[in-house]
Amino acid sequence: MHSPSEVKRVIEAALLASPEPLGLPELKRLFDGELSADTLRNLLTEIGDEWKGRAVELVHVASGWRFQTTTDFTPYIERLAPEKPPKYSRAVMETLAIIAYRQPVTRGDIENIRGVVVSTQIIQSLEARGWIDVVGHRETPGRPALYATTRKFLDDLGLRSLEELPPLEEIAKTLQLEPVPTAEAGTRPANYEDSAEPQPATGTEG
Amino acid sequence: MIAKIYGERLIEIPVDLYIPPDALEIVLDAFEGPLDLLLYLIRKENLNILDIPMAPLTRQYLEYVEIMRSKNLELAAEYLVMAAMLMEIKSRLLLPRPPSAAPEEDDPRAELVRRLLEYEQMKKAAQELDELPQAGRDVIAISVWIERTIAERLPQVNPQDLAEAWRTLLHRARMSRHHHISREELSVREHMSGILRALRERRVLEFSELFDAQRGVPVLVVTFLALLELARELLVEITQSENFAPIYVKLGYAQPV
Repeated sequence: MHSPSEVKRVIEAALLASPEPLGLPELKRLFDGELSADTLRNLLTEIGDEWKGRAVELVHVASGWRFQTTTDFTPYIERLAPEKPPKYSRAVMETLAIIAYRQPVTRGDIENIRGVVVSTQIIQSLEARGWIDVVGHRETPGRPALYATTRKFLDDLGLRSLEELPPLEEIAKTLQLEPVPTAEAGTRPANYEDSAEPQPATGTEG
Repeated sequence: MIAKIYGERLIEIPVDLYIPPDALEIVLDAFEGPLDLLLYLIRKENLNILDIPMAPLTRQYLEYVEIMRSKNLELAAEYLVMAAMLMEIKSRLLLPRPPSAAPEEDDPRAELVRRLLEYEQMKKAAQELDELPQAGRDVIAISVWIERTIAERLPQVNPQDLAEAWRTLLHRARMSRHHHISREELSVREHMSGILRALRERRVLEFSELFDAQRGVPVLVVTFLALLELARELLVEITQSENFAPIYVKLGYAQPV
C-alpha cells in the first residue's frame, strides 16, 4: 500500500503529465482501483491546497481535475507568443450564450432571439472548437438540428456543470427596465402616444 | 413599406444623432442586428423599455436605417422587417381601443418588449461568458515533458523467449532420441559457420529451421550456442514480430561481404 503522501505525488505526476483533465476513473486506475473515490477526492483537495499561491493551480472541471496556469500570469506568457489568441466576435459569443442557456436549440431558435440570421461559419467555428454539437433533431418540417454545449465547453471555461454558468436571474436583474433619471432626461420627446401600463418584464425562463 | 420609410424621413438630422461620418460605418457595423440597434437607441435615449414611446423610437430607427442605406452599407433584410414591425405597432397604438379590453392584454408592444429583453439578457450572458477564464486564452493547461521512447515500439526478444523456443526443440529432440552416442567432435564455431552458410542461401530462416532434432540433444545444444555466439558478434539478427510469433534469424549488418 502507498502512504497518502506517495499517493498524492503519483496523482500530481499523472495530472501534470496530462494536458487533458483526468477524472476519477483514470485516477483510480493509477492505483489499480485500491483507493475509493472519496479518498481520491480528499487527496485532490489537499493537493489543491498545497499548490495555492503557486503559478499553477489545480482546478476541478467537468471532466475531472487539471493543472493550469493561473490567470495572473497570462499577460506574461502572452509576451512569448507572437500572436494574441483570437477573440470570438459578439455574434459568436451571443450564439454560444443562447446555446449554453437555452439548449437544446435549433438555429431558428437562435435566430429568433438574436433577430438576425445565424451564419454557418458561426456554428462551424463553435463546432470546430468542440464546444457545441448536434444532440438530435426537432421533429418539425426540415428536421432542424438541435445544438447543445459539450463537456469540453465546460472544461475550457473551467466549469463543472452548466449550473455554474453565470445565473440568468442575476443577469436579468441587471437589465435596466426603467429610465435612469439624468440631467438630459428633460430633452426627451414628450409626445408619447399612449399611456398603457408597463408590461411586466417577462423574461422567458426555461 | 420602403416608400413609407422614405415618406417618414426627416430632412434635418437630429442633434443627438450626429456621428462623424468616418465613425458611422464602425458604429453601424457594431450592431448585431435590428434588436441590438433598437436596444442601443432605447438606452441612448434613456427610454422606458416597458413603456416604449413608439413614435420617437421608430423615427430614430428609420433614420439609422436610412443612413445605412445611403452609405451603401449592406443592409440585412432583418432591418427592414423590423422597420415594418415598428410602424405596424405604431399604427396599432393609434387605433381606438374597445373600452372593455384590458390595456395590458393587447398592448401591441408586448411582443417587441419581450424580444428586446430576451435578447438583451442573452447579450449580457454572452459578455459574462466571455469574461470567464478560457482555456487556451486566459489559462494554459499544464503538460510537463515525459521521457518516452518516441520510436515505434517493437516487441523485444528476451532471453525467456529464446529459452522457451529452445525447450520446445529440446523436447522434440528427446522424442526422437537415438540410443547411440555420437563421438563426433562438436565445434561451436563450426556450427556458427554452418548457420551463416545456410543464411547465405536463404536470407531469412526460422529459428526452428536451424535445428535438426534428429541429430540429438548435444547437436542442438551446440547449434544453440553457435546461434547465441553469432548474435553476440552481431553476425546474425534475431527478431520476433510479437510474443510467441516465429523467431526469425537473418544475417546481421556486421556480416563481412
